Amino acid sequence: MTRKQRRMTIIGGSLAVLALAAALVLNALRDSIVFFSTPTMVAEKHVEPGKRFRLGGLVQPGSLQRGDNLAVTFEVADGNAKLPVAYKGILPDLFREGQGVVAEGALDAHGVFKADTVLAKHDETYMPKDVADALKKQGHWKDDYGGKPSDSGKTSDAGTPAATTAQGNPQGAMR
Amino acid sequence: MIAESGHYALVLALGLALIQSIVPLIGARLNDVALMNVARSTALAQLLFVGASFVALVMLHVNSDFSVANVYENSHSMKPLLYKITGVWGNHEGSMLLWVSILALFGGLVAAFGNNLPLSLRAHVLAVQAWVASAFYLFILVTSNPFLRIASPPIEGRDLNPVLQDIGLAVHPPMLYLGYVGFSISFSFAIAALMEGRIDAAWARWVRPWTLVAWIFLTLGIAMGSYWAYYELGWGGWWFWDPVENASLMPWLSGTALLHSALVMEKRNALKVWTILLSILTFSLSLLGTFLVRSGVITSVHAFATDPTRGVFILLILCLFIGGSLALFAGRATSLKQGGLFAPISREGALVLNNLLLTVACAVVLFGTLYPLAMEMLADFKMSVGAPFYNLTFAPLFTLLLLAVPFGPMLAWKRGDLLGVTQRLLAAGVAGLVAVAIAWGWASGGSTLAPLAIGLGIFVIGGAVTDIVERTGLVRLPFATVLHRARGMPRSAWGTAFAHAGLGVALIGIVCETTWNSEYIATMKQNDVAQIAGFDVKLDGLLQRQGPNYREMIAEFNVSLDGKPLSVMTPSKRSFTTRGSSTTEAALLTRGASQLYISLGEANAEGAIAVRIYYKPMVLMIWWGPVLMAFGGVLSLSDRRLRVGAPKPARAKQRLQPAE
Repeated sequence: MTRKQRRMTIIGGSLAVLALAAALVLNALRDSIVFFSTPTMVAEKHVEPGKRFRLGGLVQPGSLQRGDNLAVTFEVADGNAKLPVAYKGILPDLFREGQGVVAEGALDAHGVFKADTVLAKHDETYMPKDVADALKKQGHWKDDYGGKPSDSGKTSDAGTPAATTAQGNPQGAMR
Repeated sequence: MIAESGHYALVLALGLALIQSIVPLIGARLNDVALMNVARSTALAQLLFVGASFVALVMLHVNSDFSVANVYENSHSMKPLLYKITGVWGNHEGSMLLWVSILALFGGLVAAFGNNLPLSLRAHVLAVQAWVASAFYLFILVTSNPFLRIASPPIEGRDLNPVLQDIGLAVHPPMLYLGYVGFSISFSFAIAALMEGRIDAAWARWVRPWTLVAWIFLTLGIAMGSYWAYYELGWGGWWFWDPVENASLMPWLSGTALLHSALVMEKRNALKVWTILLSILTFSLSLLGTFLVRSGVITSVHAFATDPTRGVFILLILCLFIGGSLALFAGRATSLKQGGLFAPISREGALVLNNLLLTVACAVVLFGTLYPLAMEMLADFKMSVGAPFYNLTFAPLFTLLLLAVPFGPMLAWKRGDLLGVTQRLLAAGVAGLVAVAIAWGWASGGSTLAPLAIGLGIFVIGGAVTDIVERTGLVRLPFATVLHRARGMPRSAWGTAFAHAGLGVALIGIVCETTWNSEYIATMKQNDVAQIAGFDVKLDGLLQRQGPNYREMIAEFNVSLDGKPLSVMTPSKRSFTTRGSSTTEAALLTRGASQLYISLGEANAEGAIAVRIYYKPMVLMIWWGPVLMAFGGVLSLSDRRLRVGAPKPARAKQRLQPAE
């Protein structure tokens, strides 16, 4: 083989691997991507049952109900709309009413969001970024959500601003 | 006083780094030995001052000096000493200080042990190192000063995030940073080579041990982080394809490619330009990782604080270094001479294939990490790219790579004999097929791909063993000769075998855990028995205990197998008063490579508690694999000892001993 042929072999091989990778990526993009929605977006867009997505918002205070054998239901609200969520399993350590939450799953025929994962990777001062951005965009963001515990007082208080903003009352900001 | 001294030391280090950025380069241009040697002194002095600064911050944390904002926000006087120390890097400012300390450490090592480097190369390398250092000192001083005081000091601190109060924090971040930052050395060498317009096999011989050190630490750091997540987060997952995990995986992939291409360059003087590019890319990915983690564009357990100015600053550093180095590469790469020839089927060819698959796999991970960010910014909708995406893209590419792994070390340099190698790998192939058959017959349920993947793992391990057997002549030669040969074999050959076998081991662990993991979740009352994978797990009772800075609820479980009592497992739930949050401490019972895993959920008023029990077969192999790989790296490194930068073989030996 001449030098040129050898080089062409290597370039050809590289292109083949790249093409393979591109094909794999394009194929994977078709059905393995999960979109993020808030209850408002779900209400507006009419997501069909069975389609997986991530639901983000605040856990509606007073909506958490524990059933038999680790079944729980709660509502996720974003100020404009609410969506009932059903989950079976252990909720993350930092799951609380009035706090931000991200759940992954799909709607069932009755419009209940069946979650198979409730995301937990955050501490009590932290609002999941997706949720925070969505709330900001809808004008329901208050600085308190991201505040430090000593600023906003006890964690149970954090539900108050969410509840007030649900009625469109801007004085939810407590500082 | 301590805080001010620490701050001052850091400013001095910045000054030294600025001198080191410029003076040695002038010296190299003027061919002035004294000016070039400035780099050596400044690099050592920098290490001293940054070290002092870091020690100052550690002392502030140990003394619980809450007049310093960083200590107030991340420490508590009741915290155990170990966590007071590790808490230093359990926050944004402190971890950046650790980052520059390690950078200075590597610079100091090059200065101290780089006596055998050509003077101008060392001057260039240390100057580039100082550019990086200056940028990050500025970043710390301007946006994330850990020594800021609070005007009216509080009496008590806010405590460290409870999840981080674990021995893992003592090991994982320093290891990871030693890996990340270690790649700065190969980056500096690459830039120095481009600036000098000169590169040869000796260059690769100098770069390889540094790359290897960084790679070993990164491998262990990633594995450690994964195991930490596994036992600390309480849901038994060990890899989530979280952007931050990807940020550490990407430099690992390209660093692995770099290790292999540097080998070709060292042995055959080929692939020079590619090796330079990989050095640049690997460190760029490390910087990108730092940006992703530290800027707050993504959120995860690793993002301590989100402050937009920091993000912008790091983004600037990122653009400056990546853009600058790639521009330099584009301008200068053509001036580097092309090296040795080789046939496509040869050791070099196999290493090219390895590089190709590793970099493409790395590109896929990069795509998956940045695509959601890009879509959010450009198209304004949110999505997440998770495990399903990587299973469809990363896994097939890695399967191809693993199929090729056993062939590489057995092919000859320049021109290999694929058919011959295939025949020699027959035994390993048969072992793999037998493993497929056994796994198929034994396993009920699960993916049909799983037995095939286990066969692949066995094939990779078998290939590594075959290589050693062939080289030592085991089976066909008398035992004494074999022993002699084994001793005389280059350590790097052993290293290769161990590292490759580690891949197979990790693969088997991953497949077994994901396919045959059993799970039991329920609410349990006292004396309830859960049955899982043949084990009987009985809840004996709940008790409360007071820890140093937390309250703990412990559940006691009696585990028995086939009626015979095995052990008592005590998972617990800790509530940390200061932060008002809690952590789950899982209990682990190890049986061979498999583990029984119990973690607790909420307890209700009637004394019943939610319990999650997993049986994870072969799960430990996931981490044994990387440990084997790192061990292989250490072996390979010890082989280099006699050859590290040894241009004059005869006398160099003695002089170079201190290089270790």
